[in-house]
Amino acid sequence: MSAVAAPAPAARVERWTRLSGGFTVLLAGLVVLLAFGPVLWSENALNNLIQLYFLVVLAVMWNALAGYGGLVSVGQQAFIGIGAYAVVFLSLQHSLEPYLAMLLATLIGAAVSIPVAAVVLWLRGGAFAIGTWVVAEAFAILVSLDPNPAIGGGTGTSALIPFNTRYTPEQRLHYTYWASLGTAAVLLAILFVLLRSRLGASLQAIRDDEGAAASVGVRVLLGKGVLFVLAGAGCAAAGALILAWQLSIQPLGPDSVFGVNWSAKMIFMVLVGGLGTFEGPIIGAIVLYLLQTYVSSSGVWYFVMLGAVAIGFALLLPRGIWGTLQERFNVQLLPVGYRLRGRA
Amino acid sequence: MDEGVKLLEAAGVRKRFGALVVLDGVDFAVGAGEGVGIVGPNGAGKTTLLNVLAGTYRPDGGRVLFRGEDVTSRAAARRCRLGIGRAHQVPRPFGGMTVFENVLVGAGAGGRRRGREKYRQAIDVLELCALGDLANRRAESLGLLHRKRLELARALATDPEVLLLDEIAGGLTEGEAAELVVTVGELRRRGIAIVWIEHIVHVLVQAIERLVCMDGGRVIADGDPDEVMRDATVVDAYLGSAAVR
Repeated sequence: MSAVAAPAPAARVERWTRLSGGFTVLLAGLVVLLAFGPVLWSENALNNLIQLYFLVVLAVMWNALAGYGGLVSVGQQAFIGIGAYAVVFLSLQHSLEPYLAMLLATLIGAAVSIPVAAVVLWLRGGAFAIGTWVVAEAFAILVSLDPNPAIGGGTGTSALIPFNTRYTPEQRLHYTYWASLGTAAVLLAILFVLLRSRLGASLQAIRDDEGAAASVGVRVLLGKGVLFVLAGAGCAAAGALILAWQLSIQPLGPDSVFGVNWSAKMIFMVLVGGLGTFEGPIIGAIVLYLLQTYVSSSGVWYFVMLGAVAIGFALLLPRGIWGTLQERFNVQLLPVGYRLRGRA
Repeated sequence: MDEGVKLLEAAGVRKRFGALVVLDGVDFAVGAGEGVGIVGPNGAGKTTLLNVLAGTYRPDGGRVLFRGEDVTSRAAARRCRLGIGRAHQVPRPFGGMTVFENVLVGAGAGGRRRGREKYRQAIDVLELCALGDLANRRAESLGLLHRKRLELARALATDPEVLLLDEIAGGLTEGEAAELVVTVGELRRRGIAIVWIEHIVHVLVQAIERLVCMDGGRVIADGDPDEVMRDATVVDAYLGSAAVR
């Protein structure tokens, strides 16, 4: 693989190790295998996997913000809601093909995140967290007050018509499955490329110590801005997928598309998996998905369980599952780092 | 320093935190390739001066000039890219990254080097600071000596014209401090100007040729190290207060 030889006689810089290279190929192979899902598995399994995929998207995006940018956002549901509502608006009001509308909704999420970033990135720590939450609530209220019948005001709306006039329920399930798998894979790939790029080392530096990063010349605000826009786009994409999956959405309340419960889930997944690690959020998403699938039927005990798991991790494994493994064994399955080899 | 070839200069700099005046009109300058030590009792304003020079703090009054250009309103990151490097008193490694990656960040972001040139710079700096064997260690697993060295190496990787060092020998043994003096001497040979705050004066004077003494937010002496250390006000402010404590 591409080990870059440095001019110093014996030393060279290695970016791929045999382990990480093998794992990356394995992961790419897994995505290809999963793409055959609609041929292989039941409707029920596909529905479950769609949920897992958009949880992965949300976890990876929240980790990009908090794990690398130090931006603990409690308002990413703003972009989930914007993504979901943009699809309804474009496909219902403007009769756009719904899957094309989902792609555009992602871009709208990125576009909206730019002016939002210009405001909230000046806030620090707790002020940033609360600020983003306020932004999310503001968007939710604006949508709920919109008199446009396609948006539906406070009672919500549905994309049933644009989807069902074009596709059978089975087609919608399959296309949504591929869209969510594709979104998760593409966003992971983008983040992977970003972290391997020149900017990537700077982002990890910002994660570890923002002030020290600035003192060695890192453009901290630029790095954070890039992450915020990426997360805005990613969360909007997740919102579009959630809309395609459940069709009906409401703007208000903790369980709505603008609901703060999404932030709770994102934080849970990232803390359990490992904040600031590339692999951790994927693991966290799987954990939440399993809890959701196998424990959520037990009603209120599900929430007790979520809380207990979160507290357990905070106390016993504060670095999360992957963060702990990485610390103990110094492994990196996805090669975003640099290793110096061949010194005497 | 009156030849007028000032590389980095603070002119009439004032800084206060609430009611506490920490810098009370400080004039300070370092020439290209020059080595200046700063001493003074705790609370004299030494680290604050370094923070103002590096851009971590914006002064309440006065100006900071680099190569004659006013950089007072420039942020720390920008000043680093211009050529003002800085090592912190308490090392601040990027804990989740390896030693080599820490230095790469400096070479890439601050030194604005690319690709192989960036790697070459990082490897060179690691060797210079005797960190080559620890290149692939996670920075958070390092002990104090190696953290201090990494702090220096990372600042050095940004290709500074002037390097601001804040008590980088603090907490080290005599032998370790002596090694540091050798390293700093090598930087001087490469033409890098040094501004070094250090309490351990006999270590400091081996690496610099000019000494500045601060007290109460002012510069009270500036010149040849031996003369400065003999100066009555310095003895009173610095050694006197140290002896009382």
